[in-house]
Amino acid sequence: MDSDLSPQDKKDLDKFIKFFALKTVQVIVQARLGEKICTRSSSSPTGSDWFNLAIKDIPEVTHEAKKALAGQLPGIGRSMCVEISLKTSEGDSMELETWCLEMNEKCDKDIKVSYTVYNRLSVLLKSLLAITRVTPAYKLSRKQGHDYVILYRIYFGEVQLNGLGEGFQTVRVGVVGTPVGTVTLSCAYRTNLAFMSNRAPDEDDGGLFAGVQDSQEVCTTSFSTSPPSQVGRTEGGVVLVPAHPHAADAHLTAEHPPNTPGSSGDDDGMSQSGEGRSVSPSDPVESLNAFTRKIGAFVNKPTTQMTAANLDLPFAAFAPRGLDSEENDPMVQPPDSPACPSPLQASLHSQGSESSGQQDDFVMVDFRPAFSKDDLLPMDLGTFYREFQNPPQLASLSLHISSQSMADDLDSLPEKLALYEKNIDEFDAFVDMLQ
Amino acid sequence: MNCRSEVLEVTVEARQVEEAMLALLHTILLHRSTGKFHYKKEGTYSIGTVGTMDIDCDFIDFSFVRVSSEELDRVIRRAVSEFKDALGNSGSDGMGQISLEFYQKKKSRWPFSDECIPWEVWSIKVNVVNLANEQERQICREKVGEKLGEKVINVVEVINRHEYLPKMPTQSEVDNVFDTSLKDVQPYLYKITYQITDSLGTSVSTTMRRLIKDTLAL
Repeated sequence: MDSDLSPQDKKDLDKFIKFFALKTVQVIVQARLGEKICTRSSSSPTGSDWFNLAIKDIPEVTHEAKKALAGQLPGIGRSMCVEISLKTSEGDSMELETWCLEMNEKCDKDIKVSYTVYNRLSVLLKSLLAITRVTPAYKLSRKQGHDYVILYRIYFGEVQLNGLGEGFQTVRVGVVGTPVGTVTLSCAYRTNLAFMSNRAPDEDDGGLFAGVQDSQEVCTTSFSTSPPSQVGRTEGGVVLVPAHPHAADAHLTAEHPPNTPGSSGDDDGMSQSGEGRSVSPSDPVESLNAFTRKIGAFVNKPTTQMTAANLDLPFAAFAPRGLDSEENDPMVQPPDSPACPSPLQASLHSQGSESSGQQDDFVMVDFRPAFSKDDLLPMDLGTFYREFQNPPQLASLSLHISSQSMADDLDSLPEKLALYEKNIDEFDAFVDMLQ
Repeated sequence: MNCRSEVLEVTVEARQVEEAMLALLHTILLHRSTGKFHYKKEGTYSIGTVGTMDIDCDFIDFSFVRVSSEELDRVIRRAVSEFKDALGNSGSDGMGQISLEFYQKKKSRWPFSDECIPWEVWSIKVNVVNLANEQERQICREKVGEKLGEKVINVVEVINRHEYLPKMPTQSEVDNVFDTSLKDVQPYLYKITYQITDSLGTSVSTTMRRLIKDTLAL
């Protein structure tokens, strides 16, 4: 009975449960972002870290959670659920897990709210941190990027486990007894990963939430959890994972405006382009389609080397191909050029040009680009195209040395400036020449 | 009071021993560590904040969460490393057990040394296997990852029973309950010991070692 609980305790308990619910959502969503989470311990209490745990608050996630709760608290029959689903670049989607924060009637009247309940909720959050890394969706979420993304959805009300397929498993994270009921946290996860296409013919996401929108109690907003740089064009064929969650913040911030309540997250829900990047929402789809579509116009012999893979994914040249020779072709001086390599060739290829040109054992297949004449010049269009097609990655763009090079750059700045000042006449002459 | 005892068993390849032990020990310590206590007047105290970090294993398809404390990590790694070496030196059978014991100190009057009263003991039994080829190793990576996941669920299950925990101590008693030597987090007082089982299955007690500083032996 609430009458047994002092008003202060009741107030504290409500606050604990509310913030526990918000932190639970943060932990779950952050665990599915696809990045490693790292927060610092602090020996001096800041007073703002709930449950004495450093759990970052992604604003959009808090906002969505508060919206779903709509001022209510998880109670008996009113559960807060976080649904994690996977969506492929083709639009197929599949629910992976549902995390449920529920309350049952079993009360523990004697327990001390401000102390025991609080500490136990803290332990429960730690357990949640541990368990979120153990369910199958964790590994999937770490590998998200090109082929699929992980989405989350928060709803409040009755738990829905229909979308998890047959034979789903449940793992209980833990329980905490309170004077008004027992808080339970559990996860139901799919075990049958056979794909079910949920794609509606007209809208991409319309089908996913059709059933749910009928229910009055649920809030249907869907957001992708993967940071912007993971989907679409990547540099060097490596999926860029931001080192810290700020990118996820920014990404989620950008997504929010297009989504109005009740709108069932359209392509924007999956879009990674909020941050001003030029990648269009359907870019991953395009780059996959382009594999089969793009063949140079008027080319008689469509060669496998000139697929979209080479254009979009720079390291696709290293993917297994039917003809070894074609793979080596871009990197090797073509046989019909003179023995003396041009300076450009020498600078571009990682292998020395001196050794190239003697590859007579390779069968060279001519690449005939559209509208080119067969010039027999050292550098015909086809050769030029091949050579400049896979340039080596710019050192300054390479992630792991960019931080070092920044420091180096700054250090060398004074010397560089001095050098430039010395040569200032040369620069002026150059500028005049251009005008 | 009765001491709670839990046993976890894992079967791993030699190169997986270290990561498997770290994963389980850190998972337990995550739940058994709090922030640093700062005692104020009138006997109240405030608690610092515990950060967490994800660790990916190299030899196992597994990731786990540990407390963000380099000091604590160093201590645990040192213990696990010793255990791993002992296990390696023991011969081809490779069976052993590493124990994480949480205890309370009870001060006794001189000349008696302080008593250590354990209240929770976690024993991790390790069985090391040798695999013949790369394919088996790959399967082992995944299987051990799954097994460790199950063990983490077991650990969480036990901890969430919310059975006996030492009472929160006053300022003068805090060192009897918590390990206050670390700068950033405060685990309950613990010690790590290990035993290597020889091929006869009997434990070789000469390898019992205290790896973490604990009671002051007078």
